[in-house]
Amino acid sequence: MDLALIPKGVQRCSLKVFLPWTLLWLAILTWGLLSAFLCFYKGLNQTNMNHHFAFGLWIVFDLSLIALGAGAFFTGFLIHFISKEELKAIVNAAVVIGFICYSAALAVLAVDIGQPLRFWFIFWHANIHSMLTEVSFCITAYVGVLTIEYLPLILSNRKLNEIREFNIFGDNLHHVMALFAAAGTFLSFFHQGSLGGLFGVLFGRPFAFREGFLIWPWTFFLFILSSVAAGPSFTLLCVWVAEKVTGKELVKRSVFNLLGKISGWLLSSYIILKILDTIRWAYGVVPQAGLSFMDFYRGPYGVWLLIAEIAIFGIIPAFILITPKLRGRNGLLIIGALMNITGIVLNRFVFTIQTLAIPVMPLEKFMSYLPSWQEWGIAAGAIGYGILLFSLTYRYLPLFPQEPELNPVKVFGRVIGDFGVVKRA
Amino acid sequence: MYDESDKTRNISWIRIYMLTNGKEFPETQVVYLPRPCMQCDNPPCVPVCPATATRKDPNTGIVSQTYTRCIGCRYCMAACPYHARDFNWFDPHFPRGMDRSLSPEVSLRTRGVVEKCAFCHHRLMRARAKAYREGRRDLKEDEYVPACVQACPVQAITFGDLNEPRHTVFELVKGPHVFRLLERLGTEPKVYYRSTKDWVRRMADNYLPGEFE
Amino acid sequence: MFPFCFEWAWDAAHLIFMGLLYLVLGVIAFGLIHAVIKTWVKLRTPDGKCQGTDTE
Repeated sequence: MDLALIPKGVQRCSLKVFLPWTLLWLAILTWGLLSAFLCFYKGLNQTNMNHHFAFGLWIVFDLSLIALGAGAFFTGFLIHFISKEELKAIVNAAVVIGFICYSAALAVLAVDIGQPLRFWFIFWHANIHSMLTEVSFCITAYVGVLTIEYLPLILSNRKLNEIREFNIFGDNLHHVMALFAAAGTFLSFFHQGSLGGLFGVLFGRPFAFREGFLIWPWTFFLFILSSVAAGPSFTLLCVWVAEKVTGKELVKRSVFNLLGKISGWLLSSYIILKILDTIRWAYGVVPQAGLSFMDFYRGPYGVWLLIAEIAIFGIIPAFILITPKLRGRNGLLIIGALMNITGIVLNRFVFTIQTLAIPVMPLEKFMSYLPSWQEWGIAAGAIGYGILLFSLTYRYLPLFPQEPELNPVKVFGRVIGDFGVVKRA
Repeated sequence: MYDESDKTRNISWIRIYMLTNGKEFPETQVVYLPRPCMQCDNPPCVPVCPATATRKDPNTGIVSQTYTRCIGCRYCMAACPYHARDFNWFDPHFPRGMDRSLSPEVSLRTRGVVEKCAFCHHRLMRARAKAYREGRRDLKEDEYVPACVQACPVQAITFGDLNEPRHTVFELVKGPHVFRLLERLGTEPKVYYRSTKDWVRRMADNYLPGEFE
Repeated sequence: MFPFCFEWAWDAAHLIFMGLLYLVLGVIAFGLIHAVIKTWVKLRTPDGKCQGTDTE
């Protein structure tokens, strides 16, 4: 039915299979929309956040999405400025994944703030000294950049590309893509860093507070490094999942290998700096506040969290990904990438939830937090939206340039080239 | 439903902490420590607000909150170590008739905004208006006191201008056994406490073993 | 955000922050406008081919 929309040279499953797939994710998205409706209608009391846990699952989810979506800008940066031409095979997917992550993060944020209709105050009445202002400006501008980077892919849809205006416009956008990649890199550098700066400047919260360089706390730089370490791994993982679902090889193994290697070396640098930062914090900020290291690791958020974040999901995946022999084995590469992103997500969790759980005044007590079903619903809805959009993009747009070469379409045992989908009789 | 008994979600600009020395009878001691907004001179909450909804007034030193500007991101709540800020998790609801007991001098807050103690700024405005009508600019010491100070039956709270030598607080804060909460963080709170009890002063801040004399 | 907004001050912090922001937004806008203008110019220029949509 939708054969005319499917890109040339590739095969797609029939609508009989695709429709139930979309319905599944649509159902999950609906759960998200219902949760959002309840939060808008009744207020944020629908969540389990309270005065102590001003930030909850949604902020952790947002931070994680933005860290994982860093693959988009970083892949663009590597192609246009470091000449890693092999990554052109995966840049489209990286851009789509980035777009999904950032747009989902913005949508979740719209539900999270108490007065969503006042969002424009951040821009109009900007307090330039606040890290959150910086984050908002850069992320909003970057979503614009991602949309512009997504546009040529959309316009290269088989039917849309027939329209001459779209064809030429898409081409012209391609020609200036380096400009957008540069803008995207600049914006991403600052918003990834400022997200770290959000916590590093909290001098009232010794767990999160860091000294730094000029106005930027060390967490600024650590968050940038961790995001560029996690981004390529997440891109790799998403494409790998797409390969498993579609049953096709979508990119050459060398591309996966390269992404893994990049992730590995960046993760290694990050872990070393993170360990140094933790030690410096433990001997600097912590005793200055009159606290000891173990004061911060109580209740459910014990030292195991730190060990998990740095050692288990930091050192181990770094080692796997930088070792060519280990990285070369597909199973280990995927495990390494998965552990990498788990570590980064854990880092975002620790900075948000653990910071708020730990009382600063001795008068207060330690508290713990678990999200409500509405909070889970929003997160699940964002994932449903993401998978839905990625599925539609994969089905109707030439997402993977290497796909036709890796999956030649055959009729009667012979490769037929660019003849599109063959309808089975 | 808004539940006043859920102290993690209710609105209460001043909170009373019940502190005890943890000893058994007959050595048990209990004190009550009221905690309004500290009105810090170096507030951790002011620089972090993305929409400039909170500001330290350079003349009065009061950290104000503009409810109509607040977008409800709660970043200031994460920044404040004193938990002085409350968020409106619920829509305010005043049963019929109860709305007539609301003060016309204090704005109602909608859901989704952060609010906190403002040292009864409306009382300052009222006192200034009265002084203006009487043709003077200076306020007498007892003309402007927040409601909590006025209400306290044992006059445990003294209020005044820390920079004004004629005010009682000017000398009081220089006295012995005076402390502030979490002084080490550098927030410079303008709320001072006084207690001769060592264990109370010890609970005001974090100390490593041997640091508290 | 703009000089006529209440919060604006002509200090170093504002100049650096807003300066960089407008620079990046300008670069993005330039890229977009450049692509649009190039497209418009190419569409107007006769290039010997039929200017309608391609037929298969």
